[in-house]
Amino acid sequence: MGKRVGMEVSIAAAEVVGLCDVDVIAAYPITPQTHIVEHLSELVAEGHLDAEFVPVESEHSAMSTCVGAAAAGARTFTSTSSQGYALMAEICYIASSLRLPIVMAVANRALSAPINIWNDHADMMMSRDTGWIQTVAENGQEVVDLLLHAYRVAEDPRVLLPVIVNLDGFTLSHMIEPIWLPDKEEVDRYLPPYKPKLRLDPRNPMTFGPVGMPEVYTEAKKAQDEAMNGALPVIIEAWGEFEKQFGRAYRPVETYKTDGAEILFLTMGSISETAMTAVDKMRAEGKKVGLVRLRLWRPFPAKELVDVLKRAKAVAVVDRAMAFSTRSGPLCVEVKAALYDHGVSPYVQNFIAGLGGRDVTVEDFEAMAAKTGDGLSKGLPMAYEIVNVRE
Amino acid sequence: MGIAAEALKDFKGFNPKKLPEVEPLSPGHRACQGCGEILALRQVLKALGENVIVASATGCMEIVTSPFPQTAWRVPWIHVAFENAAAVISGVESAYKAMNRKGKIQQPDVVFLAYGGDGGTADIGLQALSGALERGHNFIYVCLDNEAYMNTGIQRSSSTPYGAMTTTSPPGKKSIGQRTWKKNVAYIAAAHGIPYVATASPAFALDLMNKVKKAAAVPGPAYLHIYSPCPTGWRHETDLAIEVARLAVQTKVFPLYEVIDGKWILSRKIAKPKPVSEYFKVQRRFRHLTEKDIEEIQRRVDEEYEELLRRCAMSGEPQKPEGKETEEG
Repeated sequence: MGKRVGMEVSIAAAEVVGLCDVDVIAAYPITPQTHIVEHLSELVAEGHLDAEFVPVESEHSAMSTCVGAAAAGARTFTSTSSQGYALMAEICYIASSLRLPIVMAVANRALSAPINIWNDHADMMMSRDTGWIQTVAENGQEVVDLLLHAYRVAEDPRVLLPVIVNLDGFTLSHMIEPIWLPDKEEVDRYLPPYKPKLRLDPRNPMTFGPVGMPEVYTEAKKAQDEAMNGALPVIIEAWGEFEKQFGRAYRPVETYKTDGAEILFLTMGSISETAMTAVDKMRAEGKKVGLVRLRLWRPFPAKELVDVLKRAKAVAVVDRAMAFSTRSGPLCVEVKAALYDHGVSPYVQNFIAGLGGRDVTVEDFEAMAAKTGDGLSKGLPMAYEIVNVRE
Repeated sequence: MGIAAEALKDFKGFNPKKLPEVEPLSPGHRACQGCGEILALRQVLKALGENVIVASATGCMEIVTSPFPQTAWRVPWIHVAFENAAAVISGVESAYKAMNRKGKIQQPDVVFLAYGGDGGTADIGLQALSGALERGHNFIYVCLDNEAYMNTGIQRSSSTPYGAMTTTSPPGKKSIGQRTWKKNVAYIAAAHGIPYVATASPAFALDLMNKVKKAAAVPGPAYLHIYSPCPTGWRHETDLAIEVARLAVQTKVFPLYEVIDGKWILSRKIAKPKPVSEYFKVQRRFRHLTEKDIEEIQRRVDEEYEELLRRCAMSGEPQKPEGKETEEG
């Protein structure tokens, strides 16, 4: 039986990775990811986890080491944030292209400059096209559950893609929360041993990472796109199995009080819990407001998202990163594209909020709802706004 | 006794009459005619045999051996990127270590080899290399040094020798060509205090292969710096790669030595060195140099060789006599 503990989310993340029979962990320190790998190194040092902890000299080498280890058939883990993520991005593309089931926790943090160690989603958005499956956690329990789910999905022979679990830096990574930690037996029941289809093995020599000439490169990329699309049903199936075993349900797109809502917020990450509080308050005041949370960022669940959003008159998309000059945050760009593709056109308002660790409050959500409602009723042009910016 | 000396105390070199027939790197690859680098790499692989996993940096040797769907590799091989071969092999080695320990595999004797060119080693890959050497992974790193970025079209690297013409160090009215002295990566590797460092040359094949065998035998990291003539980039005749490599040793431009447990040992003493001008005259990359330039370079070559002799003398190890001209190659 698992146990209910009060634990820092980063420590809980390390604990569950430690239960997953990981063979190689390669890590480099960067705030706010450090507590995760510190605790993993403690688990190894104390003999609780039998793994090689490789204290590499950069994030670039962290991902390179994971690629080498995964290609050799090992179960691997690493974690990063922000600038470190940017440094390893080159190899993130290669990890997914080589179809290696690496799992990484990203404690999301703003990108420099100015240097800022606090939370937003700039790093998540920078790497949205690295070809990794990406899930997003809202609280500590979800971090634990999604990491366990990540290994199961990544190593599924129908998928074989690396998976990132995104958790907001500090606002989630450093919180102490009540968390149900599974025990080893429960983890083993959910997660079968990793059986690599292909590995670097002198008894059966293979060439990994060859040159792709123009006559094969396009086909390789199309195959990768199909693998990513094909992962969606497996991700959902693995969440179904998780729900059966653990009783907690996950969906690519999750909703909160959306019935009868005229205005729907769309959020990702820990800010969603603030949004729920705001929705509760506004609902109590008779306002028809609901919340949609994107759990799965890649593969992008466009149809599932549109199926929910199309019921509303207006959508307020809250982005936690900039896409300079586009007058839409990176999330909103994709939402608008999905709506257009499906022939649905609600009124879409885009708010950029919570950059570099700035708080987003219940009052901010109320103001965003009011602005969206106002724009909708007056027929104003669809707007793009940076919330609470000092001009 | 140091860990390398301990591992090598019963070392037996290859018999030149019975060299291994195995060719882990198959013929039919796409290297330029007369390439000295692929000869050196072939010798490395022959010395290691088939129970090996290879990580390649981006570069000539990567691109000429792996155009999908063809491959010249008969042993497991992985290429990830330019600067990270040492980090990739760190992962492969760690995986084998963990999986053997945990009983997931029973393959304790696999040899791990990473290689890169001088750009992938002395420049962009130096950090990953230093990290892997410092962490003590049990692997061999081979730098195949052809003294410039040949794969991208002969641009200068920090391993390009002073005065050489490259496409980004062109000689001109205000330029001698390469204006910096060659970075000594073997010395940098030795400064990590790893058990085994050596320089080698494909012109001295037996010496090269024996050093590779030693590198595989010592526990922990081993670094080999291998001189790799490039007819295309050095502008020498395509049948001269081995001759150029031999001249580099005979002129003291590229001395052959080992560093075993921190002790420096000359592989062959050059008692009657040839002048560097003999080495320069067969390569058009040096043809713009004046006599005065060559004198300056000769002085520097002599000084560096003396410095190497001092290191060897200080080590107090028995040094080998001068090798016979006709011994190999």
